[in-house]
Amino acid sequence: MNITFKLYATLATSLPAEAKKNQITLSVPDNTTILDLIDKYNVPKESCHLILVNGNYTPLVSAAQTQLSDGDTLAIWPPVAGG
Amino acid sequence: MAWTKTILRINLTTGEITKEPLNMEWAQQYLGQRGLATKYFTEETDPNVDPLSPENKLIFATGPLTGTCASTGGRYSVITKGPLTGAIACSNSGGYFGPELKFSGYDMVILEGKSPNPVYLSIFNDKVQLRDASHLWGKTVWETDGMIKAEVQDPLAHVATIGVSGEKGVLYSCIVNNMHRAAGRSGVGAVMGSKNLKAIVARGSNGVQVRDPQGFFAATDAGKKVLAENAVTGEGLPAFGTQVLMNVINESGAMPTRNARDTVFEGAHDISAEAMAEPRRSDGKANLSTNQGCFGCTIACGRVSTIDPTHFTLQGEDKERYKHASGGLEYEAAWALGSATGVNDLDALTYAQFLCNEHGLDPISLGSTIAAAMDLYEEGVINHNTTGGIELKFGNAEALVKVCELVGIAEGFGAELGMGSKRLCEKYGRPELSMTCKGQEFPAYDPRGIQGMGLTYATSNRGGCHLRSYTVSSEILGIPEKTDPLATEGKAGLVKAFQDATAAVDSAGICVFTTFAWTLEDIAPQVDTACEGGWSVDKLMEVGERVWNMERKYNMAAGIMGDQDTLPERVMKEASKAGPAKGLVSGLDKMLPEYYELRGWSQDGTPTGETLSRLGL
Repeated sequence: MNITFKLYATLATSLPAEAKKNQITLSVPDNTTILDLIDKYNVPKESCHLILVNGNYTPLVSAAQTQLSDGDTLAIWPPVAGG
Repeated sequence: MAWTKTILRINLTTGEITKEPLNMEWAQQYLGQRGLATKYFTEETDPNVDPLSPENKLIFATGPLTGTCASTGGRYSVITKGPLTGAIACSNSGGYFGPELKFSGYDMVILEGKSPNPVYLSIFNDKVQLRDASHLWGKTVWETDGMIKAEVQDPLAHVATIGVSGEKGVLYSCIVNNMHRAAGRSGVGAVMGSKNLKAIVARGSNGVQVRDPQGFFAATDAGKKVLAENAVTGEGLPAFGTQVLMNVINESGAMPTRNARDTVFEGAHDISAEAMAEPRRSDGKANLSTNQGCFGCTIACGRVSTIDPTHFTLQGEDKERYKHASGGLEYEAAWALGSATGVNDLDALTYAQFLCNEHGLDPISLGSTIAAAMDLYEEGVINHNTTGGIELKFGNAEALVKVCELVGIAEGFGAELGMGSKRLCEKYGRPELSMTCKGQEFPAYDPRGIQGMGLTYATSNRGGCHLRSYTVSSEILGIPEKTDPLATEGKAGLVKAFQDATAAVDSAGICVFTTFAWTLEDIAPQVDTACEGGWSVDKLMEVGERVWNMERKYNMAAGIMGDQDTLPERVMKEASKAGPAKGLVSGLDKMLPEYYELRGWSQDGTPTGETLSRLGL
């Protein structure tokens, strides 16, 4: 299945070099979880503060159990704010 | 202590300048800056006054921590009755002007009347003068800043000034200090212009005394440590600025796009913090040159940017001043000038931001008003003839830039846009296309995707605004704890808590951005060691609630009643088309009754006698 994987702010350096505009489309096995991708791309777990799957918040503690589906978009930020 | 205990009162009609002692009883009830100046304003100014008449007053106010070594202790506010809304207006700014006013020996300056001729106010400690400004009238913010510094022969003086837009009454013109920092919202610049007051220049040599110097150093040091060790204030904001939100809010499906027709902007990444950091092809430099801090700030979220030298905005004559690093895009400006108008050209938006600083324009209201005009244009309500030949379609960067230039000098169609989107849309018979609350354009968070912000906008005392209760912090960013942005449950209490805490912070002389790391538990010891009176967390919260109710009471006396606690029809009736909020509208009607109840107000939104009595109002 295909997943759109997005990393922002200081996490962007964990994306593969071919990523553009902070995102890349990945072919991943079925049943891939959020944590699988975090581990595979060495995203520092302690900095994974805001995790959105199709825009919906998923806490880091659920990352190991949350399986992604074909066409999903996973986006992750470190702690950020503005206004 | 911490207060100078002196007020400067300037009668612009007669030229009389007087000094008077600060009402210390009020200082204990309203602390400073927003709270204390609003107390003075509401006691002295008829709620039914025409905002642009001599009878309106204009107050520049510092807080007790302004000019101290507390982190971000560089804030001041401008309080008046706003011409955009007819409501209480209070606009907060950073930079270096506020501390200089304090160092001169004054907690606030109350300006009344109207000068017969253009003047500027010069404050150098005890030497306070009204000086002729006829040669400055018609000059931009940037020109005025340099000319006044040369005139007073002091490059270290700090200037707060209006541009031509303020002189000509653009209803969302602001007061800009230090070239790039602004008391931005609600049209305080137009009030200053209506008084024939071009600028204030200040330079002071007095320190700020605090009650317990040793305790104060310990408290402020502890506060700075918290800010430094927090990932948001210590790392995220200095590196990426507020613009880091562009992708966050868009991904959350809460980005008001094309005048809130949509809630996801396909061009968001092109105008984001991440894009600002990418080297461009022409010269290999990034849009972002560096970050910048205001007086005493240990966060330094400000952006300093350059425009691509090959970009169309820099071609032609008389463009030299835009070819250097200058105050760059913050999130709200990038949203208003970009997402709201459908423009994804980062350099065009940066140029438009430079224009806002140069001419003294609030980018939120400017961008949202242009977006409303684009909606009118796309709907065929206005056309080429109305706009003076400008093809004002969504996404047209050239058109965006052109109308920004025109609003800056209030000429052509720019003069019409200077009325703000409410009056513009009413004029053309489509009031529902104005994305305003109480006449002020709401900012960069769609109430369909972040429900608490709908209640925030609807109940804001200064009209549509995010800085009165930034529930985005909880609903999206998880600070201090994560709540569901699509839920209405619990939002009434969240909004009230944010409103009261923010009113206290705004009354202290520090920046609300500290609250991404600080709670009132961090702030209270700093205020308490600076000021007499025993400043606990509870006392600060009580001040915040008192300030909120005082503002509400003034607005109601001005005829702004509970029926105006509402949102534009579009976000109440047209469901979000994409993203997590797909199919949702704002649930304001579910939140408002509970909010009134929590506030101790009647179900028509009127503070009860019991509530007012409890708060000493």
